[in-house]
Amino acid sequence: MIVRCIPLTTIEIRWHGRGGQGVVTANELLAGAALKEGKFIKAFPEFGPERMGAPIRAFTRLSDKPIMVHSQVYTPDMVVVIDATLLKQVNVLDGLKDEGQVVANFPDGKEKLSQIIGRSKNVHAVNATKIAMEEIGRPTTNTAMLGAVVKSLNFVSLDSVLEELESKFSTKFNKEVVAKNLKAVKRAYEEVD
Amino acid sequence: MADQLVFNGDQAIAYSWKQINPDVVASYPITPQTIIVENFSEFVANGEVDTEYVCAESEHSAMSLCIGASAAGARVATATASAGLAFMWEVLWIASAMRLPIVMSVANRALSGPINIHCDHSDAMGARDTGWVQMFGENVQEAYDDSLMSFRIAEDMKVRLPVMNCIDGFITTHALEKFIPMETADVKKYIGEYKPVRPLLDLIHPTTYGPFTMNDYYFEHKYQIHEAMQAALPVVRSTLNDFGQRTGRHYDVAEGYRTEDADYVIMAMGSTAGTLRYVVDQLRAEGHKVGSVKLRLFRPFPYEDVAKLLQGKKGVAVMDRAISMGSTGPMFPEVRSALYDAKDRPKLVNYVYGLGGRDVRTDELVGVFKQLMDGSAKTMNFMGVRV
Repeated sequence: MIVRCIPLTTIEIRWHGRGGQGVVTANELLAGAALKEGKFIKAFPEFGPERMGAPIRAFTRLSDKPIMVHSQVYTPDMVVVIDATLLKQVNVLDGLKDEGQVVANFPDGKEKLSQIIGRSKNVHAVNATKIAMEEIGRPTTNTAMLGAVVKSLNFVSLDSVLEELESKFSTKFNKEVVAKNLKAVKRAYEEVD
Repeated sequence: MADQLVFNGDQAIAYSWKQINPDVVASYPITPQTIIVENFSEFVANGEVDTEYVCAESEHSAMSLCIGASAAGARVATATASAGLAFMWEVLWIASAMRLPIVMSVANRALSGPINIHCDHSDAMGARDTGWVQMFGENVQEAYDDSLMSFRIAEDMKVRLPVMNCIDGFITTHALEKFIPMETADVKKYIGEYKPVRPLLDLIHPTTYGPFTMNDYYFEHKYQIHEAMQAALPVVRSTLNDFGQRTGRHYDVAEGYRTEDADYVIMAMGSTAGTLRYVVDQLRAEGHKVGSVKLRLFRPFPYEDVAKLLQGKKGVAVMDRAISMGSTGPMFPEVRSALYDAKDRPKLVNYVYGLGGRDVRTDELVGVFKQLMDGSAKTMNFMGVRV
C-alpha cells in the first residue's frame, strides 16, 4: 500500500549534485532561511563514499509543523539538479509527485530540458553555470541554484535566503565573495524559466 | 527564551558542553561523532570555555583519561561511536565500578565488519551490561536536552554512575533541524557547581580508587552498582519531569503515542520513534487503532512503565536496530520479560531493522503494522533485508 509521505504543509526536496559542488551548503542555507520564517526544517545529505565528483544526494523537509519523519525523501515535491551531466546518469524523476517540480542547472531552456527528462509539467531551467562564471568567476553553481529553487518553491522568501547567505558566508569569505554570491542568487531568481 | 538555531545533533551536543563548561574533555574523533569534539575543541581554542581538552591517542586512552580526571574530582564529558565504544569496553566497567559520573555522547553507528559508518544500535547494545545509564534521543532537540539531563542524572547522589546519551549516527548527528537551547545562565543554574565525592586530589582525606578485590568483596561491589542503577530509574523520571516544567518539553522513560485505545503498538528507540508517530497518524486517519512507544531509557530498563503501556494490547512489535546473532534483537527479550507477569499479555513479535544505516521508510513501518494486524508476523522478523 502506498502512503502519502507527508501532510500538505510539509514540502520535501531532493537535491542531486556531485561531491564538491556545494549541495550540502545550499541545502543548509535554504533550511536556515526557512527557520528565519518560523518553519520547521530537516536538512541532511546522503553520506556515501565522499569523493569529489561522485553523484550525491541531499534532502530537505520544510514544514509549518514539527517534522517527525526521519527517513530519506522518496516522493519529493521538488527535485533540484545542480549538475546537468547528472540528468542522463541518474533517474532524477524517481518518486517525484505528479504536481512536483524539477529545477535544473541547464543551459538551453526548459523546453529542451523537458525533452531530455521526458516530463513537461513544472519543469524549470536556469543557466546557473553561466551565472556563476559571470558573477563569481568560477563554476560554483550552488548559490545560483538556490535562487532558482526559492523562486520555483514559493515557500521561503528571497530576502530570508539572502539574509541567511550573507550571515553564514560572512564568517567564511570576504565581502567581495559574499556580494558576488548574493548577486548570483538574485540573478538566478530572475532568470529561472 | 533563547534564540532558535539550526543545528545538527553533534553541534547541539557540543553546544550543551560549551554552556556547561566541563573541567575535562578527553576524546578521540570517530565518525559520526567527530563534529562534537571538533566543535568543542574550537570553543577551547577560542577561549569560550576553560575546559582541559585532551585529544587522546585512542578511545581506550580517552576513557581512561576521563576516569582519572573524574576520580581526581573533575566534571568530565566525552563522546564516541561504534568501534570507538567497543575499544572503550574494558574501561567502561571501571568508570561505573568507581561510581564516576562521566557523561558520554554516543553517535550510534554499526560495528565492523563489513566496515560501515552508518546508524544502528549495536555499539550501545554491546555496552548495555557495563553499568552505564543509557538514554536514546530521537532528534536534535533531544540530543541537546538529553545531554544536559545526563549531567544531572550522573551527578545525583543517589546515582553517581556514568551516563551514555545516544543519538542515531548521521540521521540525527548530521541532520540540520530547528532547535531551541536553554539560555546559558539557565543551564549553569540547572547543572550547578560540580560537587566531587572523595576526590583523589583531596590530600587531607586520602582515598584509594580501583584496588584489587578478591572473592571477598567483588560481588558486593557489583551488587551496589546494580542498586545504584535501580535507584537511577526514579531519578531519571524526576529529572525528566523537572526538565519538562522548566522547558515545556515533556519526556518520559517510555513514551506512549496514541496507545490508550490502541489494539496494535510498535515500539522503537531513537529516530525511528519519530517516523513511527507519523505512520501511526496515517493509519489512525484510515481508522486503524494503532499506537507507538518510544523507549528513551534502556538502562536501567523501565519494566513497569513498558508493561503498563503494552498490557492488554492485541499485538506489539518490538523494533530492534541491533541483533544478538543466534538470539533476537536485544530489546525484545526485555519487553517480553516486562510483560511476563502482566495480566493481559499481547502477542509479541520482534523486528530487526535498519542495520548499517538501512533507511527506515514509512511504507515499511506501515507493512509492520499490517503484518501485526493480519497475524502474519512471525516471532522474529526482519524489516528491509533482502533474503
